[in-house]
Amino acid sequence: MTDAATGTAATPDRRTTWWRDDASEPVRRNLALVGVLVLLFIVGTLARPDIFLDAHRLWSNELTVLTQASSIGVVTVGMTLVMISGGIDLSVGALLALASVWSTTVATQSYGPGIMILTALLVGAGAGLINGILIAYGRMVPFIATLAMMVAARGLAEKISGKLTQLVKVQTINKIAEWRPLGIPLLVVIFVVVAGLAWILLNRTTFGRRTVAVGGNPEAARLAGINVRRHTMLIYTLSGLCCGIAAIMVTAQSTAGSSDHGNLYELNAIAAAIIGGTALTGGRGTIVGSVLGVLVFTQIYNLFIVKNLQTEYQQIAQGAIIVGAVLIQQFRVAALRRPSLGTSPPTPGGSPPGQTSEPAAESGAARASQTTAAN
Amino acid sequence: MAEVLPDLSRRRLLLGGAAVGAAALVAGCTSNKEDNADSGTSSQTRVNGGNNAAPGKALTMGFSAPAADHGWIRAITDNARKQAALYSDVTFTQVDAGADAPAQIAALETLIQQKPDVIVLLPQDGAQLTSAGKGAMEAGIPVVNLDREFSDASASRLLIKGDNYGMGFAAGTYIAGKLGGKSNPVIAEIAGIDSLPLTQDRSRGFKDALAVHSLKVTNRVAAQFTAQSGQDVTANLLQAASHIDAIWNHDDDQGIGVLAAIKQANRKEFFMVGGAGSLNMMQHIKAGDTPVVATVTYPPTMASSAVSLARLIVQGKGMSDLVELQVPQQIVLTSETITKDNVDKYLPLGFES
Repeated sequence: MTDAATGTAATPDRRTTWWRDDASEPVRRNLALVGVLVLLFIVGTLARPDIFLDAHRLWSNELTVLTQASSIGVVTVGMTLVMISGGIDLSVGALLALASVWSTTVATQSYGPGIMILTALLVGAGAGLINGILIAYGRMVPFIATLAMMVAARGLAEKISGKLTQLVKVQTINKIAEWRPLGIPLLVVIFVVVAGLAWILLNRTTFGRRTVAVGGNPEAARLAGINVRRHTMLIYTLSGLCCGIAAIMVTAQSTAGSSDHGNLYELNAIAAAIIGGTALTGGRGTIVGSVLGVLVFTQIYNLFIVKNLQTEYQQIAQGAIIVGAVLIQQFRVAALRRPSLGTSPPTPGGSPPGQTSEPAAESGAARASQTTAAN
Repeated sequence: MAEVLPDLSRRRLLLGGAAVGAAALVAGCTSNKEDNADSGTSSQTRVNGGNNAAPGKALTMGFSAPAADHGWIRAITDNARKQAALYSDVTFTQVDAGADAPAQIAALETLIQQKPDVIVLLPQDGAQLTSAGKGAMEAGIPVVNLDREFSDASASRLLIKGDNYGMGFAAGTYIAGKLGGKSNPVIAEIAGIDSLPLTQDRSRGFKDALAVHSLKVTNRVAAQFTAQSGQDVTANLLQAASHIDAIWNHDDDQGIGVLAAIKQANRKEFFMVGGAGSLNMMQHIKAGDTPVVATVTYPPTMASSAVSLARLIVQGKGMSDLVELQVPQQIVLTSETITKDNVDKYLPLGFES
């Protein structure tokens, strides 16, 4: 599992152990995140033994954590795909707000729950498609194109809603946040399904292989015959679609559509993806890591509230965790760049300094062509 | 170069297609008209009878308030505009306050250049706008300072504001009375944005009122005045306390999310008091279909009153029930407690969140 980033790691030479092997790096990182979660549970047990040692209350609390993680989780899954492909999507929070507002106008609500859901999905995917077109065919830098979309979509959401909170009168939508098939909240089921589909897409399809290749080295991917532009466009559309799904979830949870929804989701999603091991430079990242990243942040948030602590400490903790995770990543990359006797594995984040880009491009192209050949 | 051409045409096709699609969606789904959309706001502006209602000297009134980011601020702007429209002798000019205090200062400079007879100002930040208020006063334009107080009283002719401390105090008093001597009750507080002085004032009032009855806040969380944040903190809060007796939620906008979280968790053992006085909360109080039994007001009708008083200041008239010949210097509104018993009287004042 979770081997999206490995590409064709060089055959491990004799000195490479599991702990240093590039191929198992994502697994190690995910285990570390699981370790952090376990640590948080220990802290929780010390802080509130009445909750964490009572099976019934613990189950109820963890279901709440999972439920509250589900909408940002879906957005983070989309963000992870974008980041693996070498881009970034700053517009996710604003797209969520726009989709929620658009799907809860008086006119849309009058058509019933089906049309409301469809509208949210179409608005999300449509705005994502515009992002993709601007970046792939308009040749805009992703940061700038999605920044513009972030501002514009939030503005459009405010315009449509008249800055009012639009109450959802269609009970079927509100019920989405209350339904618990087999005791599991439907929102959590949606989150698991979206993450599962994204995992399959990334690890078991040509599309996923191409995503990694495009992120690792777009030029090499192009030379290997991948339609990089179309691929980029599709990736941003997928991210927008995830925002549409999350918009329905948030709308159901808060029983309202609002231009305030999804506030700071872009930063939270990027942060979760980064501590999950997704590289800002592209070509590296896992869905499982991102999901764990979201769970770590949501669990911390929950711990602060059940311990009745002020939230500013939680923000400080969140910042510290991001710094810690990125520092670990830095050290690892530095270790990879250190000249070694054996064949060094290709650095997916781009060519190491001091070398011409050619070897990296070659290895990237080789990787990409192998990928396409393999499928 | 040869490959550029098909690229261009495809790009054009895609861009064109996207634009057409977006336009179709915009036309189809964004209508937001509701038949009774205005029914709740018609009574939030009023010209009382008496001598002051008679048209007097014609005047121009400048108005500036932060961009509406939630229902309350929006109600402020709407009320000011509608109240001004009720007077045949008032010409109303609204300038955009921009995104932050410096932008509002710049907007105010422009407004002063137009030499209105009076300015009604809800500052982005009272302290930062004080010098701008002084500038207007020195230019001979009286300033009515709405809600967020200047740091210097000489920067305004009249201060009219709500009472955040009193709001917390009213909520605390109501909750203490309703709990009626219950021993060690669990009282939860869902605050708004914690860094704002208004939130701190509300919390202080709440704490002080509870202390009078030897009670204290057991669980406190802070949301962000938005429905989503209200839902998020409340979902976790309900896990933190398996039994709660009373909740005070600072803000009825975020209250939408608070109520949603309570319903999703299927909890009923407590009662809840709201804050601000939105139409939606009042309807819940009237219907009794949620844990909300009361809300303490922070009325946006203060904008209507501010416009009325600004007009009187320019026309040199006093408030007809006061003996003094001029409008007073400071008016602090009282925070009223709305319950099922008096909700009908307040419903017309409820604002849409």
